[in-house]
Amino acid sequence: MLSKKQARAFFLGGTLVTFLIFIGLTVFSLSEGNDQTNSENLTESVVRGKNIWESNNCMGCHTILGEGAYYAPELTKVVDRLNLKYDGQGEEVLKSILMSEVPWQPNGRKMVAYGMTDQEAADVVEFFKWIGEIDLNGFDRIVSPLAKDNINN
Amino acid sequence: MKYKSQKVAYWFFALSMLLLVLQITYGFIMGFARIGFDGLHEFIPFNTARAVHTNLLVVWLLSGFMGAAYYIIPEEAQRELVSVKLAYVQLISLAVVGVVAVVGFHFNIWEGRKFLEIPRPLDFLVVVNVLLFLGLILVTLFKGKRQTTTALVLSMGLLFAALLYLPGMLPFDSQTLDSFFRWWVVHLWVEGVWELIMGGILSFLLIKLTGVDREVIEKWLYVIVGLTFLSGVLGTGHHYYYIGVNKIWIIVGGIFSALEPLAFLAMALFAVNMYRKGEKKHPNKLALYWTLGAAITSFVGAGLLGFAHTLPQTNLYTHGTLVTAMHGHLAFWGAYGMIVLSIISYSLPNMTGRKLYDSNRGRMAFWMANIGMIGMTVAFGVAGVAQVYLERKFGMDFMQVQKEISIHFVVLIICATLFTSGIILYIIDFYKHGKPTDEALEISQ
Repeated sequence: MLSKKQARAFFLGGTLVTFLIFIGLTVFSLSEGNDQTNSENLTESVVRGKNIWESNNCMGCHTILGEGAYYAPELTKVVDRLNLKYDGQGEEVLKSILMSEVPWQPNGRKMVAYGMTDQEAADVVEFFKWIGEIDLNGFDRIVSPLAKDNINN
Repeated sequence: MKYKSQKVAYWFFALSMLLLVLQITYGFIMGFARIGFDGLHEFIPFNTARAVHTNLLVVWLLSGFMGAAYYIIPEEAQRELVSVKLAYVQLISLAVVGVVAVVGFHFNIWEGRKFLEIPRPLDFLVVVNVLLFLGLILVTLFKGKRQTTTALVLSMGLLFAALLYLPGMLPFDSQTLDSFFRWWVVHLWVEGVWELIMGGILSFLLIKLTGVDREVIEKWLYVIVGLTFLSGVLGTGHHYYYIGVNKIWIIVGGIFSALEPLAFLAMALFAVNMYRKGEKKHPNKLALYWTLGAAITSFVGAGLLGFAHTLPQTNLYTHGTLVTAMHGHLAFWGAYGMIVLSIISYSLPNMTGRKLYDSNRGRMAFWMANIGMIGMTVAFGVAGVAQVYLERKFGMDFMQVQKEISIHFVVLIICATLFTSGIILYIIDFYKHGKPTDEALEISQ
């Protein structure tokens, strides 16, 4: 029968080993050749866009990279999506939403009116474009292979 | 109650209850906004309500854990707390930091990082606060007559929780890296070190309530927290499948997070078995309800519902949908909300000397809160699955889908009302116990 000492060894040993593996995998996945975070394409504009994204807690309603609050649309490939919807005018539509002085409310659900400047809106769009280029291991808005075929046809 | 200084726990629990009520209030604001009633949008837009809701959750649970530690550690270490005055300073500073953060959220002062919205300058105050708390607990423990496994596991959980807050304070330019290290805090808290805290409190309660030998309970405590870390640390990978990092995490996260329910299963079996083995019939049945309830509900909410969308093949569909909210609500409630309510139910009669053990109000509170929360979980689950089908399979627009599933939020609000009624009854019971008193020292437990 397991003794208390053995149980403690299992806890301490298991924790140490898994934590070391975890650190090792973190280093591995972020090392050159294995890193797919799109860091090489980060520009000053993208970083400014990320800061605007963060300082307004956009994730408190939207999701990005699948993370957020599920109250407003996923914005990972928002430029592509709006380009399809508005005949290639996606970026302009996005900027006008961000610069609007009155709440944008498609289908009745209100967004905060941020009234951004042209530069700020452009930075946020750059941020979205950078996000859209990340290799997400197959994550997309429509993921079922069958559905992809049906919708494309 | 054996030591006068344990009374400080009462005020941490009272703060907990106050913040829980506020958290629920903001939950209702979000629920109503989802069905089209967002009249408060000008003052409390959804992102404000959401940040307040989740941050208050963290603060009320932390306040509950701290109260638990202030109650448990003196009794386990067999000595008074080293400084009651400093414990009150810590309580007040915790409340001040919490209030300042929440008020700031209403004025666009925050960091839009899910669960960690508190701005960095305030983060430093959180660190100072937690250091003070840890100092008081650890000095009391090591100056005490004995260092039990229960006390060590609880203190270790609290210490690691503090250390793991630090990666969340690192600044990153990349959204992916930001998210990657944010999960070091959030995941390793809730699916790692917080389980040590939960295990420590559970072990203390089972020793007191069942009368089973401490050595037996503490041995299994080690096995359970061992399983938690063995699966939970590498299980962090389930947050890394689709955020822009290497595929290695799909394999590692998939395998280890699939094992995470084992720790919760072990915890549920452990609690139920100890109850069956126990020969002591402690009169505080309500505390027993909450204790066994926490062990079982955490297995369902955190273990089973977590497993339901943790495999990468499933998560590809459910990532970024309301399915996450389904799992999140029952997991936090079962594992952490209920364990805090367990220790409150156990310790209140001991601190106040009023043995309101067997009230109908207490039992109603337990059942209404739990049935309400299960109903809310089902409502989120149905809404989430419908969202997955309509969006990810049929390609419908996000907002069209939201309209289709809005009926489930009506159900959510009805169930949340039942849940809230249970919580109100619990708080009435809390109030009826009165204030803690030194006279309670003489009353046997």
